[in-house]
Amino acid sequence: MKKLLIANRGEIAVRIIRTARELGITTVAVVSEADKASYAADLADEAIVIGPAPAGLSYLSHEAVLKAAADSGADAVHPGYGFLSENAEFARKVIAAGLIWVGPSPASIELMGDKSRARRAAIDAGVPTLPGTETALQDGDDIEAIAAFIGYPLVVKASAGGGGRGIRLVVNPDELVATVDIAQAEALAAFDSSDVYFEKFVSRARHVEVQILGDGENFVHLGDRDCSMQRRQQKILEEAPAPGLPDEVRQRMRDSSLELARKAHYVGVGTIEFLYDPETHEAAFIEMNTRIQVEHTITEAITGIDLVREQLRIASGEKLGLTQEDVHFTGHALEFRINAEDPDNNFMPSPGIIKALTLPGGVGVRSDFGFVAGKSVAPFYDSLLGKIIVWAPTRDIAIARAERALDETDIEGIKTTVGLLRRLVSLADFAEVNHHTKYIETAVDLIGVAK
Amino acid sequence: MDIISPLPGIFYRKPGPGKDPYVTEGDSIIAGQTIGLVEIMKQFSEVRADVAGVLVRFEIEDFGIVNPGDVIAVTS
Repeated sequence: MKKLLIANRGEIAVRIIRTARELGITTVAVVSEADKASYAADLADEAIVIGPAPAGLSYLSHEAVLKAAADSGADAVHPGYGFLSENAEFARKVIAAGLIWVGPSPASIELMGDKSRARRAAIDAGVPTLPGTETALQDGDDIEAIAAFIGYPLVVKASAGGGGRGIRLVVNPDELVATVDIAQAEALAAFDSSDVYFEKFVSRARHVEVQILGDGENFVHLGDRDCSMQRRQQKILEEAPAPGLPDEVRQRMRDSSLELARKAHYVGVGTIEFLYDPETHEAAFIEMNTRIQVEHTITEAITGIDLVREQLRIASGEKLGLTQEDVHFTGHALEFRINAEDPDNNFMPSPGIIKALTLPGGVGVRSDFGFVAGKSVAPFYDSLLGKIIVWAPTRDIAIARAERALDETDIEGIKTTVGLLRRLVSLADFAEVNHHTKYIETAVDLIGVAK
Repeated sequence: MDIISPLPGIFYRKPGPGKDPYVTEGDSIIAGQTIGLVEIMKQFSEVRADVAGVLVRFEIEDFGIVNPGDVIAVTS
């Protein structure tokens, strides 16, 4: 790999450029007209404008990205996360153009993209799953009997959904048939497939996930993360390792995730997501993401392994070169997502010019941002500005360090989530790990409090 | 009465790819009717007509960029 095209923007584009440069790989940033003066465009060796501001006409355009790859002479494409990263058709086109696709095979992307097939693959690999149907519901199924067997409350999920989309809750058996009808109609409209399946609903769950890395033949896990602090199913604060899990639960999640990767001949980085019920101490599979994740940084902090470097190495055809015994976990890491939105005004997006950007420093603190002071935050894309990551020998020290780091952080010109994150990290419920995926919505006094 | 965008972002005339537009130029519209969407940072807001009338023409094309205060459509 000599020249890498980054089919993304913002902080992840900057993140990829940094490691590519360390490896001596030339970088090409593709940008929309709105991102011509972005920090990623400044940092990359070359920047190519591929289309107008709407992502559908630029970052999501297969033709525009492939043309930029051909014009620039790039020999590899890194999709980052979001956009085209889990698009099997695009991955196939990249490979057909004779380029290196930095990601798993299109077949792996397709398998894990179909949530009922992924669930079936998880069951086959011995990954714990919630009680539910093993495949999509079929015409003629006795859905009332199936639902009664699984138990209420349950959720009706679209096979083509994922990431929290295409899910309906059924609490009362009387609502079952009508809800299935609606869910199938919605799934057909949203995803072009009316396939739905049932899964038991866990009311107060934590979100825990396992990072895996493989070259198709050899596999390691890089430990787990907890991403339970969420707002509307969007993660905002993550930590590694996941605190307070019983050893046998943690070990089973890690071992079965490896088995799922092995059975799929998985290549690259992947994340197996679980719901963890703190009352029953059971973890159950949700889905597998076939790309680098936003929160990969906390895994890097506790393992010392650069995940983007591993992606680029493995995509170049190198072997994993690591055994599980080579992976050592040290200390505790927290990541805070700094978004351009106003927590005190219903998370209203806050585009504009960043007048000042003071990021924290000191031991154990890392800042990964897609912006520097003076840059403009466009209204057209995701609100993530960047991430602050802290590492410390213990969770308690990491929390104190995070409080200190967030106090140092000052962003002027736009509204951000810094103040909310500062409140969250000091909560007794966070220290004692009493939080769960609906915690922020239930703790109404957290939101709307001026800094 | 012109229909104004309160937000910056991208204007869409259709609820999704492959769908029919909410309104076609020359259509009668009623008060409160949705005539398009504005996307700001992946959040979608419906753009509605304040009063009944005829949507004469769009000033912003599908996938066009809007700023707060921009006229999206002219009505009569």
